[in-house]
Amino acid sequence: MTRRIAVVSAGLSNPSSTRMLADRLASATLAELRVRDIEASVDVIELRDLAHDITNNLLAGFAPPALEDALNRVVSADGLIAVTPIFSTSYSGLFKSFIDVIDPDALTGMPVLIGANAGTARHSLAIDYAIRPLFAYLHAEPVPTGVFAASSDWGAQADEVKPLGARVERGARELAAAIAAREPRSVVDPFHPDAFLGEGRSFGHLLGGLAGE
Amino acid sequence: MSSQMQFGIFSVSDITRDPTTGRTPSEAERIRDIVTIAKHVEEVGLDVFALGEHHNPPFFSSSPTTTLAYIGAQTTKLILSTATTLITTNDPVKIAEDYAMLQHLTGGRVDLVMGRGNTGPVYPWFGQDIRQGLPLAIENYALLRELWEKDVVDWEGKFRTPLQGFTSTPRPLDGVPPFVWHGSIRTPEIAEQAAYYGDGFFANNIFWPKEHYQRLITLYRQRFAHYGHGTPEQAIVGLGGQAFMAKNSQDAVAQFRPYFDNAPVYGHGPSLEEFQELTPLTVGSPQQVIDRYAAMREHYGDYQRQLFLMDHAGLPLATVLEQLELLGTEVVPVLRKELAQNRPAEVPDAPTHAARVAAVYGDGPSREARPTAAAGNNLTVGGPYQDTPAAAAPTSGSAFGIAATRKEPVR
Repeated sequence: MTRRIAVVSAGLSNPSSTRMLADRLASATLAELRVRDIEASVDVIELRDLAHDITNNLLAGFAPPALEDALNRVVSADGLIAVTPIFSTSYSGLFKSFIDVIDPDALTGMPVLIGANAGTARHSLAIDYAIRPLFAYLHAEPVPTGVFAASSDWGAQADEVKPLGARVERGARELAAAIAAREPRSVVDPFHPDAFLGEGRSFGHLLGGLAGE
Repeated sequence: MSSQMQFGIFSVSDITRDPTTGRTPSEAERIRDIVTIAKHVEEVGLDVFALGEHHNPPFFSSSPTTTLAYIGAQTTKLILSTATTLITTNDPVKIAEDYAMLQHLTGGRVDLVMGRGNTGPVYPWFGQDIRQGLPLAIENYALLRELWEKDVVDWEGKFRTPLQGFTSTPRPLDGVPPFVWHGSIRTPEIAEQAAYYGDGFFANNIFWPKEHYQRLITLYRQRFAHYGHGTPEQAIVGLGGQAFMAKNSQDAVAQFRPYFDNAPVYGHGPSLEEFQELTPLTVGSPQQVIDRYAAMREHYGDYQRQLFLMDHAGLPLATVLEQLELLGTEVVPVLRKELAQNRPAEVPDAPTHAARVAAVYGDGPSREARPTAAAGNNLTVGGPYQDTPAAAAPTSGSAFGIAATRKEPVR
């Protein structure tokens, strides 16, 4: 069965090095899945295009159609590649605002490959002190490797011992393994009685549970 | 007497600065105005006035039954309702008493919309916890129904001190409690609750795209049938909505925009144009409002009540009264005709006290509760009222329409 990967890129410029990293991670993950005989497709979500919708959702309480569609594609994917620039020691505000409009339960059990980029490698631990706890809170399952790219990784002073390409491949391998180990993701319809009524499938259960029965 | 559809107004009771003049009305002025507005709702031929409940500035309506009783005394046909009654933080005993009282004073022109309230700080002010909002709504409402349906109630729950041999007074007018709608903007459990009891479901229809409310209403209709109250089409649905009108639609947009842009709830968010596209807000000519709202039944099925939000965001009284005039004389008469066309016979009329009394008692006399001499000693004298309560009180779980004739609740 074909799997689907959602790629969320929070870069602000065009072209952005955030998106370049996201694309590297996505194509490496597809290659790793192919090794396992798994076909997959990719949905890329550029948060820049949704920035106004995200703000409107925060203020008015609902997602306009384009954002609603993006949210549905993220929460129903078999794996998530999430890439943000590091601003002021953490994920960007736009990235966090997008996460904030996702239903807090919707990413439970979701394999995630975290990517981040910044001007210098001195920010590289932001993946582990800022972004990883965010996904832990959401009960998502980020793979052990997070891939950080500094500006130098794209140029002449790149890391020669563990080059970006090797880090990308390692993260992609871990994400592909996590996706391969899971059943295709099924999304629960919150408006189906089975989803909210619990055992007994009846309103009497909600009443009875409250009466301490 | 009874009508297929009821039309009216719902107010959240906000006291908001008029952004075009910078002036904020006083509480006294706004409270006077709401009475004028409610009376005008009846004068222009509309059926329902519903008032919200809030316990913090900038709102005034902390005591809805006081206001509704005052309005009821100055009107003759207007149905008085709520938008919403906080089932989470009010003591169900006080709701049972207050609204039964209002029923008697107004000759039964009362129904309620139950809501949980979305103002977090209100919960601790009344000794509750917002994280228990849903369990509170479910337990409190179960108690409220018992208080209305049984003369003597023994009760033990999780959130309230137990009751032993308690009688809520006065008993509901004619032995028939007010009709109840349950309002929710996102919670399937509330749609389930409305369906379980055979009550109405009210979608405020203000903030979200129609697809969202469609899911809730479809669920409510299916579960209404599941619990044996009738077909999905016989479920009782109410919708909110929002409009601002002028003869020329460009004038409506120009006049309403500053109020929209600065409105407390959605101001500084989506543009007026985006919001009109995504939600039922319609700013334009009366014909545009007619077209938009005549199409609602295509999304939600034939329904029973349509309310509009009109007196908010700092709009001055004169403007609100003009809007009511347009709604009552140009829009609603056409909507009544259009929505009556091809309306299946099985779709129930909008609920009224008279129709609900007739459903229980037929042509026979309705209940008149007369206390016994020993009232107050409920446990030993067989009942606090002269008639036999078990025989006279309406069947538990009954509702409006077909469900009202059902003998036993389906559990």
